[in-house]
Amino acid sequence: MAGKTLYDKLWDAHLVKQRDDGSALIYIDRHIVHEVTSPQAFEGLRLAGRKPWRVDSILATPDHNVPTTSAERASGVAGIEDAVSRIQVQTLDDNCDEFGVTEFKINDSRQGIVHVVGPETGACLPGMTVVCGDSHTATNGALGALAHGIGTSEVEHVMATQCLVAKKMQNMLIRVDGKLGVGVTPKDVVLAIIAKIGTAGGTGFAMEFGGEVFRAMSMEGRLTVCNMAIEAGARAGMVAVDGITFDYVKGRTYAPKGEQWDLAVAQWKDYVSDADAVFDEIVEIDGSAIEPQVSWGTSPEMVLPVDACVPNPKDESDAVKRNDIERALAYMGLKAGQAIKDIAIDRVFIGSCTNSRIEDMRAAASIVEGRQKAASVIDAIVVPGSGEVKAQAEAEGLDKIFIAAGFEWREPGCSMCLAMNADKLGNGEHCASTSNRNFEGRQGYGGRTHLVSPEMAAAAGVAGHFVDVRTFIDGSAV
Amino acid sequence: MKSFTQLTGVAAPMDRANVDTDMIIPKQFLKSIKRSGFGKNLFDELRYLDEGLPDQSCEGRPLNKDFPLNQSRYQGASVLLSRENFGCGSSREHAPWALDDYGFRCVIAPSYAEIFFNNCFKNGILPIVLNEQVVEQLFAQMYAVEGYQLFVDLETQKVTTPAGESFAFEVDDFRKHCLLNGLDDIDLTLQDVDAINAYEIERKQLSPWMFDVIK
Repeated sequence: MAGKTLYDKLWDAHLVKQRDDGSALIYIDRHIVHEVTSPQAFEGLRLAGRKPWRVDSILATPDHNVPTTSAERASGVAGIEDAVSRIQVQTLDDNCDEFGVTEFKINDSRQGIVHVVGPETGACLPGMTVVCGDSHTATNGALGALAHGIGTSEVEHVMATQCLVAKKMQNMLIRVDGKLGVGVTPKDVVLAIIAKIGTAGGTGFAMEFGGEVFRAMSMEGRLTVCNMAIEAGARAGMVAVDGITFDYVKGRTYAPKGEQWDLAVAQWKDYVSDADAVFDEIVEIDGSAIEPQVSWGTSPEMVLPVDACVPNPKDESDAVKRNDIERALAYMGLKAGQAIKDIAIDRVFIGSCTNSRIEDMRAAASIVEGRQKAASVIDAIVVPGSGEVKAQAEAEGLDKIFIAAGFEWREPGCSMCLAMNADKLGNGEHCASTSNRNFEGRQGYGGRTHLVSPEMAAAAGVAGHFVDVRTFIDGSAV
Repeated sequence: MKSFTQLTGVAAPMDRANVDTDMIIPKQFLKSIKRSGFGKNLFDELRYLDEGLPDQSCEGRPLNKDFPLNQSRYQGASVLLSRENFGCGSSREHAPWALDDYGFRCVIAPSYAEIFFNNCFKNGILPIVLNEQVVEQLFAQMYAVEGYQLFVDLETQKVTTPAGESFAFEVDDFRKHCLLNGLDDIDLTLQDVDAINAYEIERKQLSPWMFDVIK
């Protein structure tokens, strides 16, 4: 019999019941909740007179609507100027209080973006099933967990039953071997993967990231990669556990301690794909050939190396794709064939569940240190992913480096990744953004998003247009 | 949940690939704590020429006359025809809520993003997969004939054109059963309460730390 993949093992360990019709009940270990996709679920429980099955498996924190300026954050929920946002955050507080759910409230030092808070507190652990009403839940798969986003009806279902009705996915392995070059980051790796397989390439698959590049990658880098599995169409991304996983998890608030830790590690060691495991599809990429990436269009698959030129629709023979390119160029205000380095930027956003962890903060700070934001750039905001990230960055003096360079240092939240709070792009503005989606209007009405790594975003903020960050690192930039 | 059995409805086009859920319902409308009222903001940035705000009346907002849903021939549409990877991106269930609230009960496309696809079934909407050639054919017929209607029958799993041509589609047995009968998933799962309890007992012995309390 063939061996099992990591996903097979996670699935088998959580199978409560296989039904005759092909669907299955899967047990959920951890349920993360935020204010946007939960109010209707809590309301559903209330209307049906139900209580959460295991209320102590749920962790909530507001992130999408919270303001990121210290002035607006000072008086907590009551200080949120946008009344509709305020009601949504208040509703999360009220629901968590009513149902007894643990919540890191707006100005709790542990508050932050759900996908940053889950791993850093140890609430999400290897071998777990993790769900959240948010498609970027795949982030947690970096720990060797089965993690994916769900809809609000499913949020209610998991609260009421601790289970999810699911159907087993197929197995895909993305193997990236070789060694990443200087200035090439986990973000560039995942953007290069999406460019290769497309935004629907992973549909129907659980996507495991394997190969030398991921074995050498830090846990935070793995979190960045798994975060964007959904942008390649895969609901769940994951990385096999190893020593890097254990080193990351050990000592975190909700991680097991003492004898329990030893018992856990003994079990977690099995959360790797067997050598003879069979994948339904394998994609191989040469890691040493990956260059810093920049998205030029309105879908995360519209991405190219920084030295490239945006496509010319005339070169595309497929009518639907040609139409997509034309529409994207028009929306983005770009000329066919224009060099990516000639795209001037108006704003910089460093943050989001993709790139707001301490290593991202350090990486961006290392680029701006001793440099200045270009005068043509309206603003460059740096939004740490959580209160813990913020405190750590400040302890290292990173906030001062950003501020000295003319960047703004903000309070934690989702911020301009999706602009549900006050942080938005203006109509027609180009943004060098470390977030995950460049959809039309995502960062603000008429806003133009370019997805890049923290290093590339920082460098673009200094230059006023996209530049190859490697020229900053090797000192060849003027 | 409301059931879905049969539908005869006007088809409207969303003629592009990779329609994302941000496009279906932009983020500012996700601030609502309700499940209803999203229809007037369905495809807001394409449908109107100005920026839409939450809690704003849409009456009197400037309409984009080029957008199909603003054209008289597609009024009252309940079947949405689109291209590959429909519903990609954010997991927001507000997307099917908006489609439903507007009046769409069925989407036809060559492929879907999974979370959106799944969310449809929780809301009485039938997402149908037909191959690209068939979808292309339906687009052509729809553009050629004003008031073009499709007949969708979930029981027999067929889409029928006005000319009487039928196309079969696949649907999971479980989802079909729930949709035909308007069944609530939670009630069904709670019939397996013994299996869930048994799983928990076994798991607690094997991996006790998995049940540590979050506080």
